[in-house]
Amino acid sequence: MNRIEGRVKVTGLATYAAEYPVENVTYAFPVQSQIAKGRVRHVDAQAALAMPGVLTVLSGEDPPPLASGAGELALFQSREVAYRGQIVAAVVADTYENARAAAAVVRVDYDPDDHDVSLRADHPGLYKPDHVNPAYPTDTEKGDIEAGLARAAAVVDVTYETPVLHNNPMEPHAALASWDDEGRLLVYDTAQGTTLSRNTLAKVFGLPKERVRVVSRHVGGGFGSKGTTRPQAVLAAMAARAVGRPVKLVLTRQQMYDVTGYRTPTIQRLRIGADAEGRLTALEHVAYEQTSTLEEFAEQTATPTRIMYAAPALRTAHRLVRLDVATPSWMRAPGECPGMYALESALDELAYALGMDPVELRIVNEPETEPDRGLPFSSRNLVGCLREGAHRFGWEQRDPAPGVRREGEWLIGTGVAASTYPARRSPSKARAVVQDDGDVLVQVAAADIGTGARTALTRIAAEALGLAPERVHVELGDSDLPEAPVAGGSMGTASWGSAVVRACEELKSDGREGTADTTEEVQGDAAFSRHAFGAQFAEVRVSSVTGEVRVSRLLGVFAAGRIVDAKLARSQFIGGMTMGMGMGLMEETLTDEEFGGFLRRDLAQYHVPACADVLDVEAVWLDERDSELNPMASKGIGEIGIVGTAAAIGNAVYHATGHRVRELPITPGKILMF
Amino acid sequence: MKPFDYTRAASAAQAVREYAPGTMYLGGGTNLVDLMRLGVAEPDRLVDVSRLPLDTIESVRDRVRVGAAVRNTDLAVDPMIRARYPMLARAVLTGASGQVRNVATVAGNLLQRTRCAYFQDVTRPCNKRRPGSGCPAIAGDHTNLAIFGASEACVATHPSDMAVALAALEAEVHVTGPGGDRIIPMPGLHRLPGEEPERDTVLEPGDLITAVELPPPPTGATVYRKVRERASFAFALVSIAAVLDVGEDGVVAGCRIALGGVAHAPWRAERAEQALIGGPATGEAFLRAAEAELEQAGPLPRNAYKVPLTRNLIVSTLEGLAS
Ligand SMILES: Cc1cc2nc3c(=O)[nH]c(=O)nc-3n(C[C@H](O)[C@H](O)[C@H](O)COP(=O)(O)OP(=O)(O)OC[C@H]3O[C@@H](n4cnc5c(N)ncnc54)[C@H](O)[C@@H]3O)c2cc1C
Ligand code: SF4
Repeated sequence: MNRIEGRVKVTGLATYAAEYPVENVTYAFPVQSQIAKGRVRHVDAQAALAMPGVLTVLSGEDPPPLASGAGELALFQSREVAYRGQIVAAVVADTYENARAAAAVVRVDYDPDDHDVSLRADHPGLYKPDHVNPAYPTDTEKGDIEAGLARAAAVVDVTYETPVLHNNPMEPHAALASWDDEGRLLVYDTAQGTTLSRNTLAKVFGLPKERVRVVSRHVGGGFGSKGTTRPQAVLAAMAARAVGRPVKLVLTRQQMYDVTGYRTPTIQRLRIGADAEGRLTALEHVAYEQTSTLEEFAEQTATPTRIMYAAPALRTAHRLVRLDVATPSWMRAPGECPGMYALESALDELAYALGMDPVELRIVNEPETEPDRGLPFSSRNLVGCLREGAHRFGWEQRDPAPGVRREGEWLIGTGVAASTYPARRSPSKARAVVQDDGDVLVQVAAADIGTGARTALTRIAAEALGLAPERVHVELGDSDLPEAPVAGGSMGTASWGSAVVRACEELKSDGREGTADTTEEVQGDAAFSRHAFGAQFAEVRVSSVTGEVRVSRLLGVFAAGRIVDAKLARSQFIGGMTMGMGMGLMEETLTDEEFGGFLRRDLAQYHVPACADVLDVEAVWLDERDSELNPMASKGIGEIGIVGTAAAIGNAVYHATGHRVRELPITPGKILMF
Repeated sequence: MKPFDYTRAASAAQAVREYAPGTMYLGGGTNLVDLMRLGVAEPDRLVDVSRLPLDTIESVRDRVRVGAAVRNTDLAVDPMIRARYPMLARAVLTGASGQVRNVATVAGNLLQRTRCAYFQDVTRPCNKRRPGSGCPAIAGDHTNLAIFGASEACVATHPSDMAVALAALEAEVHVTGPGGDRIIPMPGLHRLPGEEPERDTVLEPGDLITAVELPPPPTGATVYRKVRERASFAFALVSIAAVLDVGEDGVVAGCRIALGGVAHAPWRAERAEQALIGGPATGEAFLRAAEAELEQAGPLPRNAYKVPLTRNLIVSTLEGLAS
């Protein structure tokens, strides 16, 4: 289906958080820490207060009260500085320009301490977190790794590294907050979930949930960075309370790099052994990652290794270190994305060590049940994806020898990697009601962050009701609607859709209205290992003169349950794969070791693929039947596209050049310095 | 952004008369306005020179005069430029994006400032932005910075593609200013950082660029090639503008090599040129010439890749031109 909101978006009529017309509005602009660690000694607001239009300056000098006192959202509640770029004060003024100009003259004096912003695998501060995001065990171990390696015919012991990466949604994080006479808070926020954002704000301000409303009708991309409530929402609400007028706050692109989360850098060591037939004898994956001193975020980097391949000895572990950095957070496929990059690259190395085809190596190690917990898979078609992809891509003709295909100065190579992503769902509510004109209104506090959720839910409801999609109207993006989980973890459609189907079923029997709450239904889901799988194939051309890498072909074959809408699904898959290409070849935020914080905080310096990089990206899917999932029989598709792409590209670069770059991104410089 | 006054000049002479300390000329604003938003540039006053009647491309006898206010796009698509100076059209087209090129002017392009990350961030030290504050790039991020002609004070690169082609074409930059008119031959406009990294060029305060004049096209084959990890909309890691004239006897009669992304100015590889002229046009000779040039390279740990990159690029480009 075409996007329902396509027309309002391309004609500029879609209203985003910062665009709501609100009377008497004022503007806030943050002041950010210029040290990476220490204490704010004094905030001198005098000069700023004397500037034109300035209404107030907020800071830790006179901390505006908040009900919760710790973490990234506890603005001004402490004088401790946890990272460079942290918000330490804010100016509220009558115009954006006045607020920004005054913010520049707020004087902040610090007592700086020595900072440490560098992740190392031998960092003395490494520790084992209690669990990894969202609630996985930190470590798993079965069988004897050392014995497995000892009896292996081939062993790889390799370390892969991934850099700090940033989500770069087109729409900057923004909030427009106002309090009414009864002390109720309304926030137009850039939220991937209005229910969660409302609950978070209620907690931060010590309000009952009923007194907070969050509205996010259109969100211009999020990828995870808008999944948790960000400081701009708290700051706008706090400032609005302080000045007694609505406050608008739009972060600059640079500020987004500082305070809206990022993908942790990782150092990942893989030790894999296999017998002469390629069957794994041992598989160990240890991930080293960072978090901040404010909050713990432990990315689940090694978790995909728990479900991918059969191995009698299987160990995964995560170690974390608290650095003087901002708290990392969700970025498209947290865990699976960097973890599968390392696993699937190491597997390619193993295939070469064994002299075996990498597609065959994966097929040989296909498990019957989930390797980690022994659970049956609700459905698993990795082998089907590999075979279908190999066939479509022309893999059969591939000569595995690296560094031998050449067209002029360009070396050509192909690579393969597997993809996976969990197929979860969470409880959601929904309501469906027949309107006066006979059309049906469906309400759910879902979020459409550019994914097409509104369109997918319309289609799901129309199918459940047996109506034409034009006769169904989905209302979402408002916490006053029936409560729903965030657009995250690739479970939005599965969760909201389940509730929408149930509400529509009830409407059909009631004739007028139906409501649903899927809490019980979801809790009753049988114990299965539920995952989508895929296989990605890349062809690259690498200049032997310049080290430039161009991806001439990229094919993804996915098995992700029933595909609700082909057009929407294709966009998600190829969007994910394109983002994976960025991760493989260009995306990297540098940490400034000397001063703390990040460097290259804009889109001129942080490169994502341009149209000219995206030459031939194709996504197809298998017809997968899985009745254990949800009423739509669907698996989430928002994240799996980015999983495996970087490995497929890296493996292709090796095939082209004979050079194994184990540190993303694979830049010309790294290829030339081999 | 600091508040500023704005005026639009009607003529070059008036623009220069309007000049006072704290004044900056405004072209398309694609670089200057960005820097003002970042607080890197803080003019009191802008004199808009983008609509001066300096927006034509004219052939004057065997030369071509390009007005300072000609938009980058108009330069790149001009039939005369494309026919006679294809290397220049190519260089301009590899820069920025269509939208940026539509507003960017020739003078603004020449005078755009470095993309060094520290320079663009007013919360960090930078000798170029705040003289004497230090150069954190040397110990920090210099991945895309200079390997030639840098100093202890600054290792920045000049980011323009167009300027590299103009250096190879030996264009002349026409300037008018409080001190009168003068002509600066390329690559002489930009200077090396030395002790004064705050000065990008040899221009004096108030100098206004009025035109760029192109001498007759050089004899021989020409090309512009730009290396970048993203296929479009990225500054050069290294770029090359080269001219090679090989006589029927296989001897190099003329050779010009200008490099971008390697120095504080477009870098004419004079040692390489000298090594080649009068000798054979062979791969071996090209390699020796490239190596002669790179003897003076002073790479830092994170930009050491530019040494093999520059070498390969020189050799491969000359081989392409010779065949
Ligand atoms: C995202 C992005 C990517 C880019 N990528 C590239 C790239 O790949 N390659 C590349 O070469 N460039 C690139 N650019 C830079 C672009 O080419 C320059 O911004 C542009 O050429 C500047 O021209 P302008 O007319 O807008 O200059 P302005 O921004 O108006 O001015 C730049 C400077 O020139 C001065 N000035 C302007 N006119 C005159 C005059 N007549 N006399 C004296 N001084 C004058 C101004 O005072 C100012 O200091 C990129 C820019 C952006 C934003
Ligand atoms: S290289 Fe030059 S521009 Fe960059 S930080 Fe050093 S002095 Fe500043």
